[in-house]
Amino acid sequence: MSTSSYLTISIILFSIGTIGFVVRRNAIVVFMCVELMLNAVNLAFVAFARHHGSLEGEAAVFFVMVVAAAEAAVGLAIIIAVFRNHRSIETSDADHLRL
Amino acid sequence: MESMGSHREIVDASLAIIPLCPLVGAMVAYIVGQKQKDLAGWIATAASTLAFLFVVKNFFALGTNQVLLDKSFVWLSVGNFSIDFAFQFDHLTAVMCLVVTGIGSLIHLYSVGYMAHDESRPRFFAYLNLFLFSMLLLVLGANLLVLFVGWEGVGLCSYLLIGFWHKNIAFAGAGRKAFVVNRIGDAAFLLAMFLIIMNYGSLDFMALSRVMPGETSEGLATLISVLLFIGATGKSAQIPLFVWLPDAMAGPTPVSALIHAATMVTAGVYLMARLNFLFEMAPLAMLVVCMVAGLTALVAATIALVQNDIKKVLAYSTVSQLGFMFLAAGAGAYWVAIFHLVTHAFFKACLFLGSGSVIHACHHEQDMRHMGGLQRVMPFTAATYWISTLAIAGIFPFAGYFSKHHILSALEHAGAHNPQLFPWGVPLSYIATFAAILTAFYVTRSAAMTFLGSYRGHAHPHESPWQMVVPLVVLAGLALVGGVFLEGALSLQHYLGHAIPVGDVHHGESMASFSFLLNALLHSWPGFLGVGLALFLYTQAKEIPGKIARAFGPFTQVLANKYYVDELYGAIIVRPLEGMARFLWKGADQAVIDGSVNGTAAVVEISGELIRTTSTGQLRHYGFFMFVGTLFIIFFYMAL
Amino acid sequence: MENTSYFLGIFPLLTTMVFLPLVGAILLYLIPGFSGQDEHTRSRVTWFTLGVSGLTFIVSIACLNRFDPSVVTAQLVERTPWIERFGVQYYLGVDGISILLVLLTTFLMPIIVLASHSVKTNLRGYLFHMLVLECAMLGTLLAFDAFLFYVFWEFMLFPMYFIIGIWGGKRRIYATLKFVLYTVVGSLLMLVGLFYVVWAYAAQNGGEITFSLYELSRSVDLSLSEQIWLFAGFALAFGIKVPLFPFHTWLPDAHVEAPTGGSVVLAGVLLKMGLYGYIRYAYPLFPQGAAYFAPVLATLAVIGIVYGALVAWAQEDIKKLVAYSSVSHLGYCVLGFVAFNALSTTGSLYQMLNHGISTGALFLLVGVLYDRRHTREISEYGGLASKVPVFAFLFLVFTLSSIALPLTNGFIGEFLILAGSFQEFPVLTAFAVTGVVLGAVYMLTLYMKTMFGELNEEKNGSLTDVTPREIVTFAPLFVLVFVMGIYPQPFLRLMEPTVHQYIEDVSRKMVKVGSPIEEPADGTSYAQKSGGNAARAQLAFESFNVERVKPVANSPLNFEENL
Repeated sequence: MSTSSYLTISIILFSIGTIGFVVRRNAIVVFMCVELMLNAVNLAFVAFARHHGSLEGEAAVFFVMVVAAAEAAVGLAIIIAVFRNHRSIETSDADHLRL
Repeated sequence: MESMGSHREIVDASLAIIPLCPLVGAMVAYIVGQKQKDLAGWIATAASTLAFLFVVKNFFALGTNQVLLDKSFVWLSVGNFSIDFAFQFDHLTAVMCLVVTGIGSLIHLYSVGYMAHDESRPRFFAYLNLFLFSMLLLVLGANLLVLFVGWEGVGLCSYLLIGFWHKNIAFAGAGRKAFVVNRIGDAAFLLAMFLIIMNYGSLDFMALSRVMPGETSEGLATLISVLLFIGATGKSAQIPLFVWLPDAMAGPTPVSALIHAATMVTAGVYLMARLNFLFEMAPLAMLVVCMVAGLTALVAATIALVQNDIKKVLAYSTVSQLGFMFLAAGAGAYWVAIFHLVTHAFFKACLFLGSGSVIHACHHEQDMRHMGGLQRVMPFTAATYWISTLAIAGIFPFAGYFSKHHILSALEHAGAHNPQLFPWGVPLSYIATFAAILTAFYVTRSAAMTFLGSYRGHAHPHESPWQMVVPLVVLAGLALVGGVFLEGALSLQHYLGHAIPVGDVHHGESMASFSFLLNALLHSWPGFLGVGLALFLYTQAKEIPGKIARAFGPFTQVLANKYYVDELYGAIIVRPLEGMARFLWKGADQAVIDGSVNGTAAVVEISGELIRTTSTGQLRHYGFFMFVGTLFIIFFYMAL
Repeated sequence: MENTSYFLGIFPLLTTMVFLPLVGAILLYLIPGFSGQDEHTRSRVTWFTLGVSGLTFIVSIACLNRFDPSVVTAQLVERTPWIERFGVQYYLGVDGISILLVLLTTFLMPIIVLASHSVKTNLRGYLFHMLVLECAMLGTLLAFDAFLFYVFWEFMLFPMYFIIGIWGGKRRIYATLKFVLYTVVGSLLMLVGLFYVVWAYAAQNGGEITFSLYELSRSVDLSLSEQIWLFAGFALAFGIKVPLFPFHTWLPDAHVEAPTGGSVVLAGVLLKMGLYGYIRYAYPLFPQGAAYFAPVLATLAVIGIVYGALVAWAQEDIKKLVAYSSVSHLGYCVLGFVAFNALSTTGSLYQMLNHGISTGALFLLVGVLYDRRHTREISEYGGLASKVPVFAFLFLVFTLSSIALPLTNGFIGEFLILAGSFQEFPVLTAFAVTGVVLGAVYMLTLYMKTMFGELNEEKNGSLTDVTPREIVTFAPLFVLVFVMGIYPQPFLRLMEPTVHQYIEDVSRKMVKVGSPIEEPADGTSYAQKSGGNAARAQLAFESFNVERVKPVANSPLNFEENL
């Protein structure tokens, strides 16, 4: 498969993630959308790495994966904490820090 | 004109003791007065007399062609500009000091009686002594700056004493007015000093009298002279700054006699005599002086015609007489100005003290319409008042005759002396003669209304205590024989000739000769005319003055309201300034400047408010902005 | 004896003086006995602070003792590297320009502490801030390193911010914000300008960085347009602090809202910092920019004199009136300084001291009234002279000092300023002289309305005269009013050599350094051709020397020689 096909899929995934992030209110879904975007980027990295025949892109992917894992751990903990307080994980309810 | 300072011998002397006497006296009188109120007056009188004795001592120590000098200490020295707190005592100073401390002591004594029942008399005597201190600084100062210290100092004391009864806010206001009007003159005085410093680097009289004549252009001399004269109009109550003096009568009457008749108000005349070398170089300024003085003499005399308050009559009379002095000084006859200053000090102090005695007797009634017939109960007061009346009227052989006669003849000959005055000298002498007739008239009117006829008031008048009578008698004696003495025995012209230019000294006919007497009596005609007319109108034909007043209704009204000068100044200066002050505060300061400051703050706040609306707290909105922003950045870089 | 003098020789007097108040301030919070609010603790705290500030005053007297007026550069210098990488030094010193201001600061502080008994809440915090403020002010006056100066300059803001913001009146938050924002805007401009100068210096000296004032002013070479811009920035910063018209509107608000001690320190010392900044930094660093702006500054100063006086006249609040009178008085100081000759500049420095004393005293007097009646409306008073005579007497004396009556301190300053600036700006000075009249108008009107007239028994019948404690507070000020008015020579002598040298140095550079016009062979003709203040300053300077050579008889001392 050509690099452009990978990139197309990556763009599609990223767009889905973005739209989901903006549109959805359920914190878990928003969270999953963020993961979707991260993985879209990962796909692009890998595709470019293969295209250029270098390993930097693949190294970067590992970083992203580690960050994503850490983020998942912290993010889910926050969502649980929010749920305990609000009995809801709607992002639109969590606006107490608004000016 | 040769300068007088160059060939005089300078002798060191300790002169500082003279002003220090009343300064220490003021403090002691006040402090002791807290416990022993009656002692305060005596202490102050003693201090003043002591100063007088020191003056007399120096008077005799002062030799022909000598100047006594006391350098005291370096007062101000910056760069190459240096001023000593120095005193000098020459013949001019001697005359002034004798008048100030001599009459000052008499008035202190008088005040002991006059203020005997006032609660705050320690304060009064402290102020009075403080005034003497300042006045002595003024006349003893060896440079313009020390003179200025005294100049402002007497202004302060005048302020404090006019507003002495400060519970009456109108009196306090009169004091403030005096100070502020004086300050206007002082501002001009300051500018004159700056010009002198800029051009000569010194303020010292003797140095200036040497340096100035050679190095001064007429324009500069005129500018400095006019500025100094503006200063003098403030202190000596000349047009346009005379308005404070009539109001100054709010002060206790001894104050009016000492400060507002005999001494402080003559400071301007002294200044001109002291700086004669400067004024000599500015003939145009002399013309200005003469014009202003002539106008003042006439205007004030006309106002005095219709006043009913005895002190107001005397106040306007003082303004008018000061005009006479400036006429003499403006004509270049400085010694004549000083001569009139001295005789005026005698008879005007006596008149004021006499009026004080009357006011004291009538329980603080000042309106002459409620007096009359006091001759019977107050013989001493009446007699001394009448003597002084004849003196101010300029009738031979009373003191006023001599000085006034010299003023008129100085004016007639002024043209020869100063070409600028050539066409004006004679008309000015006519004006002065007319003013002299008016003078004789209004003073006689006041004497007649007070002492002749029958009593129209409700109090029980009585003669004043001896402390008040003695000064009256002494001053009346001086008003009687002072002129003869100064003209003949002492020869003031010759005496002052050691210090200031006096023209040719006449050692003419003896005063005892018949032709002299006849001549003198003939030259007293303005006095006889004024006195006679007033006596006739206010004792024989009492209904006529009222008729005249009615006949000239509007004019009388204008005179009674003092030409509406106060109202005019209020309308064109004071109120516009007040309005401007309010406008600057509310309009400029609060609206414009603070408005723009607060406006800046408001703009920041409003933009903050606007931006705040984008912070919805919704995660999705933030995500959306982030996305749009990223896109924007990407497109931006791609466009590059 | 040898040992003691050696010890004194190396003893860091200036550092001790600057940081003694700071140490005292910290001790206020460390010593356990000072934490209560009861009367006993309050007096202990006051006595402690009085001791600290008194000790600081004694140290400053020791400085005066070791100060040599004939040396025209910084003395008692303490200098060590601070941030070596950026050439920042800890560089303290004192010279003839700052010595009297330092003394004024240390002199006023014990008086302020004495007057602080009217502070009802958290006296300890108040005194803490006062001591911190003293440290900052002394540091600002003594710093000869521009960076150190800036640090202290900004450091002055914080205690003042709290003093007004916590112990102030009703609108204190507005006033304190206005004060701080105004000042910060100015000082940021100054900071930028300062970095520009240092950067220019580094570029011209092979990358070497220094913030030392002497180094910078001696060897940095700036073009005329650079100087104009930089001077404008500095001028704005310092002009706001002075305050120069039209940047003065923070002052009345700050004064009205500040507690008495705050007002005294604000009028007494803080306002002088603005002009001090001009003298110490703006002029030596940018002489040509200064010459370019001198007419503008002089005009603003004269507007300030007249405007401040007029607006003061219209005031209904005593404190506001005194605050506007400060605008007017500081106008004189600025006018005297920018006229830039020996007479006027000395007068300007002298007037700064006078203003600190007489206006400080007036604020204290207002404080006395406010403590008793809790109002500052002029119309609430009247006829007080018969009720509180001693108070009325003190008020009179300081009023007269404020309107520059001869034999009080104010006259010396005002006379020197006006006489000196008349030689440079005759027309402007003529306008400034109207301030002499207007000063009398507003002060005497205030005096008349409050002290004279019928006493309103209902309102003021229970007023009590000044207490012995208050008399002790006023006594030193009272004495100084007359000492400085009658015998100013000792004070003038302290500053004169430095001022003379300073003027000589700066006016030389006003014409020569980095001149945009080719200098002709004949220096004088250049000065005449180019016109402007720089040239006039140079001319004035030359005529100054000429006069010195030519024996114009100007004092009675040399009569005999000239007979």
